[in-house]
Formats: sequence, C-alpha cells, structure tokens
Amino acid sequence: MKRILILLLSLVPVMVFAGEAKDMAQDPVVEKRMIGLAENLRCLVCQNESLASSHAELAEDLRREVREQIKKGMSDKEIVDYLVSRYGDFVLYDPPMKTSTALLWFGPFLLFLMGGAFLFYQLRKRNQVMPEAELSPEAQKRAAALLNNDIDNKA
Amino acid sequence: MMRYILPFVAFVVIAAFLFVGLNLNPREVPSPLIDKPAPAFSLPQLHEPEKQFSPQDMLGKVWLLNVWASWCVSCKDEHPVLMALARQNLVPIYGLDYKDKREDALNWLARGGDPYVLSAADIEGRIGIDYGVYGVPETYVIDKQGIIRYKQIGAVTVQSLEEKILPLVKELQNK
Repeated sequence: MKRILILLLSLVPVMVFAGEAKDMAQDPVVEKRMIGLAENLRCLVCQNESLASSHAELAEDLRREVREQIKKGMSDKEIVDYLVSRYGDFVLYDPPMKTSTALLWFGPFLLFLMGGAFLFYQLRKRNQVMPEAELSPEAQKRAAALLNNDIDNKA
Repeated sequence: MMRYILPFVAFVVIAAFLFVGLNLNPREVPSPLIDKPAPAFSLPQLHEPEKQFSPQDMLGKVWLLNVWASWCVSCKDEHPVLMALARQNLVPIYGLDYKDKREDALNWLARGGDPYVLSAADIEGRIGIDYGVYGVPETYVIDKQGIIRYKQIGAVTVQSLEEKILPLVKELQNK
C-alpha cells in the first residue's frame, strides 16, 4: 500500500510538468510562428507591450486564438486581418498607410521641412540684417579714434 | 512685426494640438465593428445552460449587449446604473458574462440584482475576442438589423446614458 502511494506521489511532479508545457510541446513550429506574429502585434490591455511578451489574460487568449488559426492553416495575413477586423489598426505596431494615418507617416517629414524652411529664412535674414557698412575715410578715422580712445579710457 | 507673429502662431498651433491631444483617452481603442453586423454566436444562457442565446434572436429589436463579469471591479460601479435603466424599460439589456465562473456570476447577480433579460455565458472568452472586447465592462448598442451602432468602453454612466446611448436608442427604435 505504502509503496503504491509513494509511486503515485512521485508521479505528481511529472504530471504537473506535462500539463504546463503542453502548448509548447504540442507543436514547436506553430509556437514559433505564433511568437513571430505576436511580436508585431500590440496587447490591448498593456498597450506598450507586444502580444508575445504580455502576461495579461487577454493576451493569453489572443495567443491561443492565433495558435488555433495557425493550426487551421490560415496564412499570416489572414490572421492579422482577423485581429484588425476585431480591434482595429491599433493592434499593429506597423500601422498601414491610410488617410487617417497620413499625419503619422508624413508628420515628421512635414516638421522637418518646416524646420528647414525656418532655418533657411533665418540665415538669409541674418545676412541681410548685417551688411558690411561702408564708411568714408574720415568716418573710418573717427571710428578708429573712438575705439582707441575707448581702450585708453578703460586702461 | 514678423518676430512677434511667428512665435505666436507657433504657440497657438502647439497649444491647439496639445489641447486636443490631452483630452483624448489613449486607453480608448476605437472599435472597427461600428456600423458592422454584430458577430454571430450561440452560447448557453447563464441561468438555463441547456438553452442557447444568439444575437439572431434579437433581429427586429434595438438592444444593448453589456459585457460583464463577477470579477470586474468597474462593473460594480456600472451595476446600479444598469438596474435603473432596466426598471425604466426603455431598451432590453442582454448580458455577456465574460470569462467567469457560473456560480460566481449567479451569486453576483443574486446579491446585486439582475438587470439583464438574460445573460450568455462566454466562459472561455472567445466571443469576447470576436466582439473586440479588451476591457470589461463594455456595452454595444445593436440596431434592428443586427448592426452594431455604438460601443461604450468602460462603465456605462448616467451621463453616457443621457448624452449618447438613450438618444441613439430612441433614434434607432423610430427608424
């Protein structure tokens, strides 16, 4: 009796382990594809985490969903389209080019152009504001005298 | 003159962007399902698991689908509002009990009251994914043709009812 009990108890850790690792062990190819996809998808709950790294319950469910769809033989694009149709472009870390995302895509270039134009304008203005002053010989003499005088006074 | 106008214009533009931006809620993900047919499903009812509930049963009526769970904290805030709405009999409220244990859910309703005509039990959360649920509670307004017209993310409040949900329900009912 005791022996059987010990034997049964010694099996417990094995069974627990088998339960936890099931998903991975079932099909490493599916798992790899799932992780590859999930790395480029955003978790809806912890919004700065990818679906692959998030521990939120929803992320786990979504990973399960992706896993099942891979097993059904759906292509990567079909799976991503499915998630976008449910959660919107928000799930994509790489948002598509659309009218609603135009500002996102072109905004930085627009700011760059605006900054460039501003710089160009300022530099040109500065050149215009400080032209070389042309002085007559007398004025130059006076200026030199004043400048020297100034130095003398300070000294 | 230009030296004053340019910085001022820049200030106004930045202030306008910030004013809009700071008033947006980054947690709110707009649903792509608005104006699309409500995804079909057939789930066992919470109270009578041998019976099924499907959105098809609701064609011809304007109704609310409220996603809730006994483990959800904001659902507690929302609950009295839904109870009051149910008493007014303006629009039928159906529940989608999301990732919950049946007993917990039944206990929760027994304790706080049941505003739902009936609840469907989505134990594994699969239907939730079909509906793009990412935080409970969420509420969908579905029209007579079975099209989702509005999604309330987070708890239904008296304010959101009066300003958005009830006017929309009335408009859809008169169509």
